[in-house]
Amino acid sequence: MSWVLVFPIAVPFITAVFAYLARNYPAGRWISLAGSVLSLVASAALMVAVLRDGVIAAQMSNWDAPFGITLVADYLSAVMVVITAITGLATAIYALGEIPEKTERLGFYALFQTLIAGVTGAFLTGDLFNLYVWFEVMLIASFSLLVIGGGKDRLDAGIKYVALNLVSTLVFLSGIGLLYGITGTLNMADLRGAVAAAENQALVTVIAMMFMVGFGVKAAVFPLFFWLPASYHTPYFAISAVFAGLLTKVGVYALMRMFTLVFVGDVGFTHEILIWVSLLTMFTGVIGAAAQMDFRKILSFHIISQIGYMTLGLALYTPLALMGGVFYLVHHIIVKANLFFVAGLAKQYAGSTDLNKIGGLYKSAPLLAALFIIPAFSLAGFPPLSGFWAKYLIVKAAIELNMWFVTFVSLLVGLLTIYSMTKIWGYAFWKPHPEGYDPTPDRAPPRVTTAMITPIAGLAAMTIIIGFFPEPFVQFAETAATQLLDPSDYVTTVLGVQP
Amino acid sequence: MNSIIFTAGARLLVALVFVFSLFMLLRGHHLPGGGFIGGLLGAVAFIIYSLACGPAETRRALRVSPEVIAILGLGIALLAGLASFFMGDPFFTGQWYWVGGDSYETAAFSINSVLVFDIGVYLVVLGGILSLTFAFEEET
Repeated sequence: MSWVLVFPIAVPFITAVFAYLARNYPAGRWISLAGSVLSLVASAALMVAVLRDGVIAAQMSNWDAPFGITLVADYLSAVMVVITAITGLATAIYALGEIPEKTERLGFYALFQTLIAGVTGAFLTGDLFNLYVWFEVMLIASFSLLVIGGGKDRLDAGIKYVALNLVSTLVFLSGIGLLYGITGTLNMADLRGAVAAAENQALVTVIAMMFMVGFGVKAAVFPLFFWLPASYHTPYFAISAVFAGLLTKVGVYALMRMFTLVFVGDVGFTHEILIWVSLLTMFTGVIGAAAQMDFRKILSFHIISQIGYMTLGLALYTPLALMGGVFYLVHHIIVKANLFFVAGLAKQYAGSTDLNKIGGLYKSAPLLAALFIIPAFSLAGFPPLSGFWAKYLIVKAAIELNMWFVTFVSLLVGLLTIYSMTKIWGYAFWKPHPEGYDPTPDRAPPRVTTAMITPIAGLAAMTIIIGFFPEPFVQFAETAATQLLDPSDYVTTVLGVQP
Repeated sequence: MNSIIFTAGARLLVALVFVFSLFMLLRGHHLPGGGFIGGLLGAVAFIIYSLACGPAETRRALRVSPEVIAILGLGIALLAGLASFFMGDPFFTGQWYWVGGDSYETAAFSINSVLVFDIGVYLVVLGGILSLTFAFEEET
């Protein structure tokens, strides 16, 4: 029983060990691929168990909560683990086509699998200090992946990335220390009661703000997002796709978890701040995107703007809004990773990601153009694609609260998103290829393989499926939101479970 | 470094520190010590050796590259965690087999998965620290 929670974390670690040992042989990449398939199977098993039992928990090493480390999965955790495995598999396939042998020999697949293990661990842990450890695992793996392959740009991006993320984890760690000081526990379920019973509620609010800053840097919300556009446009496309899809979402997930489970004593104060942060995040992100002329930089700024919608779902703090936030999270991971995959293929065809230097992709790669439209317009919120339902839920929640300004900003940002998606479409796909730029400057014919097309097509198909049959997904998100707003089930499962 | 005194002294020191690191590793769990501190001491032994004889010579003495040592350590530590799967316990539950008794006080010694985990940690720390120091030493 407890092992369904362990395998989604253990499988990528085991894969990393074998992939590293076989890094000098072609077998290395197939081990990575097989490991990703196994991870998907393991997380599907977890999902089945969660659908059957509601919330499940396991005590590692047989130490009862709140003393040991608890792994726990509710609907939100389970869906995040499954989506992580899906993104991991898509990236493992894409990497077969993109990553050169030289980089494979440096242990690329081992690092990638470690990153997936770190992300999965962060989604499954029920212990705050353990969450910090998973953040560190992710940080170390992602830093190495960012600079692997070398080059001045990558090192520059990597240093900014690490410096700002270290600040965030330090703030997070100080918050953990203070929280332990006033409550004497770090088990999240146990914290819910302990924090509510704490004498010094003012200090609790201060700690809550430290967590908001720490997770806010990870999630790239308004004043803290500078590291993201500075680093996401330099690594391999497979890597930036997995970063764009998963890393910031871990921050959003941690915000959702902590600000529904633990820090709910002063919702009027903390969540009001979150509303304004979300609105500013949405707006500055989309304005930043409008000013960019690089394929990946536009997409990077869009991550920021979309993060705003998810945190807005949390900030409004109604069942409908949280449901929208959860739905948005899942939809966004699929769409965003896919857009970065498309950017990688566009570079293979046209030789660059600078929109001024490329063009004519509609003519030279019609299939890619068709596959670009689906995630791009889903991101912008065109019906009937998945992004439409996600935005619809959030906007409807805002209207129900009579928050007209929030509604207005959400719709405006959606409109501006369409603007920059059509900009990419116009420059990269419709405009003829500019004179004087060789589409294949430094290499032989475009290296486009089925390995790179397959994940794009697969993720696009998922976007369409969610778009046309949103019913089960919306219901799922609804249950997830109910569990978030009333975590009594979560608490009793963690604290009452007998191993 | 070209000091004959240091090179001669290093041979003695390396052996001593390395044996002490194994002592710390085996002493762990019930007494202060364990894989992490043992691994650090083991790394110190090899660092002294590489200061005396150069990183190339140390790599030869290690036989296996430090990165591989670290990743094998990770594998061994994972195995120790997975062992409890076959005993029907949750992940990482320590599996103990006492020889000549049934507890720490009465038994002569024990065979357990905790030591396996500590050996894994030892190798991860040893390999990790050494690959870092080699990277610094070999660049200059």
